[in-house]
Amino acid sequence: MTNVKNDRKNVVKKSVVAVIDYGMGNLHSVAKALEHVADENTEVIVTSDPQIIDSADRVLLPGVGAIRDCIGEMHRTGLVPSIRKAMADKPFLAICVGIQSLMSHSEENEGVACLDHFKGNALFFGNQHKDHDGSKLKVPHMGWNQVKQTIKHPLWEDIPDQARFYFVHSFYVVPENKDEVAGTCDYGLEFCVALARDNVFAVQFHPEKSHKDGLQLYKNFLNWDGKPSL
Amino acid sequence: MGLAKRIIPCLDVDNGRVVKGVQFLDIRDAGDPVEVAKRYNEQGADEITFLDITASSDDRETTVHMVEAIASQVFIPLTVGGGIRTCEDIRRMLNAGADKVGINTAAVFNPEFVREAAQRFGSQCIVVAIDAKKVSDKGESDRWEIFTHGGRKPTGLDAIEWAKKMVEYGAGEILLTSMDRDGTKNGFDLGLTCAISEAVHVPVIASGGVGNLDHLVDGVLEGKADAVLAASIFHFAEYSIQEAKERMMAAGIEMRMS
Repeated sequence: MTNVKNDRKNVVKKSVVAVIDYGMGNLHSVAKALEHVADENTEVIVTSDPQIIDSADRVLLPGVGAIRDCIGEMHRTGLVPSIRKAMADKPFLAICVGIQSLMSHSEENEGVACLDHFKGNALFFGNQHKDHDGSKLKVPHMGWNQVKQTIKHPLWEDIPDQARFYFVHSFYVVPENKDEVAGTCDYGLEFCVALARDNVFAVQFHPEKSHKDGLQLYKNFLNWDGKPSL
Repeated sequence: MGLAKRIIPCLDVDNGRVVKGVQFLDIRDAGDPVEVAKRYNEQGADEITFLDITASSDDRETTVHMVEAIASQVFIPLTVGGGIRTCEDIRRMLNAGADKVGINTAAVFNPEFVREAAQRFGSQCIVVAIDAKKVSDKGESDRWEIFTHGGRKPTGLDAIEWAKKMVEYGAGEILLTSMDRDGTKNGFDLGLTCAISEAVHVPVIASGGVGNLDHLVDGVLEGKADAVLAASIFHFAEYSIQEAKERMMAAGIEMRMS
């Protein structure tokens, strides 16, 4: 994790991945996981500086905590224009609450308007959530669940279909356009855990906490040119 | 197919070393926490929990550095408990790379702390640790009470009511330890585990008493635990995490196999 903006001594221009810091919790593990898979020509910068985000080669939008605080902080820190700009043309990855923030609306915190990049809503599992056989399921959905890859995508490369990723969330996204679904998971119901459109990819799980397959997804992100197909 | 049950090795850390007391006596050294954590990560642990049993605040700084070192190398969830009393303690541990913090005694003395912490950091990172002991006599219906100070001080709080209250206050997970079983290797208190798991909608981690792999199976199948925590059976290489997972799979439990 470094904060060097312009290091003129660098002969080779480093590829910069900006991890957006809008004040929602700890980005240590996200940055460490990216650094773990980055080559020497990649620089991971945790930043709240719009200029760095605007000039970065790729952008990662993390998110923890409650959605109202997340969206509120994005607006308060003035980072929404930079987030939208990055989503327009750069390889862009959103994780956990990050995916929910890209929907039109979330029903958390009595309803919150989100960034509306993907049409659809984030819904609550409910405290009486049941499995297919009627048995009680715990909420939050916490732990390792299998992800079905519903499309081929550069970010799924070298990750087995049905690999397990680490989740911790009580809300799940329901996109209007089913063609944008890149992966699903089963927890009482089959729900969307990955969304993809053009240069934007978003996941509900935590790659930085998902051992080998999570690190592979970050590696794929660092190698991604932003094109949706292989 | 679906969500896997979790195996969580627990590291009791004192002054930068992993230790394991049997019934809180006879503390055996089990190694360097970073090395131990890496080993468990390689063996396929689903999460790792640290319990900081360090007495002084100076030594707590050691724990912060230890969490930083582990979080840079081990990419699975980390929970840190022990001595978490203020939001500043939580912030420090999360910034060091912990994903969740365990709140125990502080919750008993100041339940509002749990509410405050959940509001500030989100329920997903607030684990309330409950140390319970059976207080009902033979012939009575089962009743458990919350104890503090390593199981020495009763609080008069009913364990099931307390668990429900903590979830209502924002706990995202319950780490449940039977003080009757801790360190005995006689298995979890399954009655207690099942009672709490059925009473709350958040995940429950069973802890205290694991002596063999069948105890882990029982914790899930009979205790209805969402995760099982054990220390000594893994520290002293009696069993590997992989072996534990194979046994649980064979019993029909959904597990993450790496």
